[in-house]
Amino acid sequence: MSSGVPAANELPAGTLGATTPPSAPAASYGFWTRLRVNSEYIVIPAFALLMAALLFALFLLAIGKSPVDFVDYVWRGGFGTAFSFQNTLQRSSPLILTALAVAIPARIGLIMIGGEGALVLGGFAAAAIAVPMVGVVPPIVTMPVMVAAAVIVGGCWVGIAGYLKYARGVNETISSLLLTYIGIAIMNFFVEGALRDATNPNKPSTKPIGEAYMVGHIPGTQVHWGFLVGVLLSVALYVLMTRTTFGFAARVTGGNYRAALAQGLPVGRLIVACAMIAGGCAGLAGYFEVAAIQGRANASLAAGYGFTGILVSFLARHNPVVIVPVAILFGGLVASGGLIQRRMGLPDATVLVLQGLIFIVLLVSETLYGRFAIFRPADVEDRT
Amino acid sequence: MSAGLVTVLIAMLGGAIRVSTPFMFVALGECLTEKSGRVNLGLEGTLVLGAMVAYAISYHTGSPWAGVFAAGVAGSVLGAMHGSICSLPKVNDVAVGIAMMLFGTGVAFFFGKPYIQPTAPRLSSIPFGGFSDDANLRSALDINPLFFVGIAVALLMAWAFANTRWGLIVRTVGDSAGAAKAMGISVDRVRFLSTTVGGFLAGVGGAFLSLSYPGSWNQGLSSGQGLMAVALVIFARWSPLRCVLAALLFGAAGALGPALQSVGITQGYYFFNAAPYILTLGLMIATSSATHSTRDMPGELTMAK
Repeated sequence: MSSGVPAANELPAGTLGATTPPSAPAASYGFWTRLRVNSEYIVIPAFALLMAALLFALFLLAIGKSPVDFVDYVWRGGFGTAFSFQNTLQRSSPLILTALAVAIPARIGLIMIGGEGALVLGGFAAAAIAVPMVGVVPPIVTMPVMVAAAVIVGGCWVGIAGYLKYARGVNETISSLLLTYIGIAIMNFFVEGALRDATNPNKPSTKPIGEAYMVGHIPGTQVHWGFLVGVLLSVALYVLMTRTTFGFAARVTGGNYRAALAQGLPVGRLIVACAMIAGGCAGLAGYFEVAAIQGRANASLAAGYGFTGILVSFLARHNPVVIVPVAILFGGLVASGGLIQRRMGLPDATVLVLQGLIFIVLLVSETLYGRFAIFRPADVEDRT
Repeated sequence: MSAGLVTVLIAMLGGAIRVSTPFMFVALGECLTEKSGRVNLGLEGTLVLGAMVAYAISYHTGSPWAGVFAAGVAGSVLGAMHGSICSLPKVNDVAVGIAMMLFGTGVAFFFGKPYIQPTAPRLSSIPFGGFSDDANLRSALDINPLFFVGIAVALLMAWAFANTRWGLIVRTVGDSAGAAKAMGISVDRVRFLSTTVGGFLAGVGGAFLSLSYPGSWNQGLSSGQGLMAVALVIFARWSPLRCVLAALLFGAAGALGPALQSVGITQGYYFFNAAPYILTLGLMIATSSATHSTRDMPGELTMAK
């Protein structure tokens, strides 16, 4: 634009101020420039992942275990065979949904980590509402009711944290995690009390919902429908956050809260809506854990998917579509945990150590953004 | 009825003293960190790691006080990690806290597995209830020396914040990094040290969990005490002395469930277990405000902006 021949109707210099516009909008760059600039968001997290893997390898060497064996078992337990890969996909389903529960509030500038609580309560709500309906109401009616119960309860649960943030300025990270503990206590209260299945002496659970009311597998696979729902939902939420007025308003609020207020955006409603979407996703994860895996609600619902989901979302830079491959990666890690434990004699917390390490290295790598000239568009270079 | 009520109240007093100690240490550590303008949400992980390290060292050396010290060192290592990572530009301290929480718990569970079974020597308590014939009161007044150490630390911190050069430096850094820089203070170094020392205190709090009350190491030892203590600092408005009072209040709330159980009320056991979390949330709602930042809040806290 600026290098072209001056057009006849161009305003004389000085009318718009002495300087030219500081830089052209990103869209005017060529394809390769954009690819180069955007690849920063892939290269740096990938580098962080690699560094964390190296550190973890050193850790394994230090305690006298072989990192090569570890990789081998993760491959065999999570990806190597059709069976293990399907198991991985199945496990990535709650990870996708709980990661979405972190990513959507992150877009509006909130760090919410209440996915675990919404998952537990959503799953519990689905089981609790199904118990009196089983055998009375046909599955075709019961199953949507269960989904609705899980989504609504999960959504309202995290919605509380969103509302408290807006209305009272309560720190959403602390309140959402507190709500997780309260949610688990509520489920235990009912599962060990009023709703306990008296015929099951082993583990306190609700009554089983029965085979007919459970979610089946995607035809031709051993993967339940929750995976496909997770993938579709992440695409839908990507569209919602990037291509709609709602998403735009939410991102403006996340980028500059005061500007959003000054523009008259309904900040409170946006925050509560994002929190409720987050909770609804996590609640849906709970529904699938109950209706596709466990068949009843009990303490196994609090298996830590909500916490792994936090890491998945951060690694995907809170991009709903990127969450899917990252969740599959971590689903494989979670799925191979049992094999690693048995064959290598490592405690089940090994996966937690690796996850914590990845999380820390990833956050350290945040400092690298904008430091490398190779990722910078040409005309920005002289301004830094 | 009134006898039952007295029993409950005595049990709550004893519980308040016992349960409050880890709250107190974590809250004091977090208070120091937040005074310097940074939030360390990872103290839950520090607490768990401290508990594990204290138990393991006490088991191997036979000296519980060596365990307490080792827990503090482990806590300060985690604190130093948090402090140094957060001094890098563009790194969010809340997110690092979440990562440290997961990392600390993971490491503690990883190395703690062999220590679930064996019994380590525990910290002995000082009996203060000798004057009374009431067995309940006597057991309530068996107070662990760490409780008094915590109160001493709180008094020392309150005095140091108000009267020493170091206290002034920490407060300046916490209220205005720009002013501190203008005074020639290295903001990052002060925050690093505050987070490290804060981690030490939180680790000692963990040692109390595994070496005094409940007094064993298992993976369910801490469920959110570290996090509640962070919330407690907000409620205590960044005053070490109010932290002690708030910790006692939280201890009493935490003791409510077991106290009611001791007189035979087991209904809603899980609900009373949730009491401290609900109390924390209630207090946060009561003390926070959407329109202005909390009174006495250090100006540099991300929560304040």
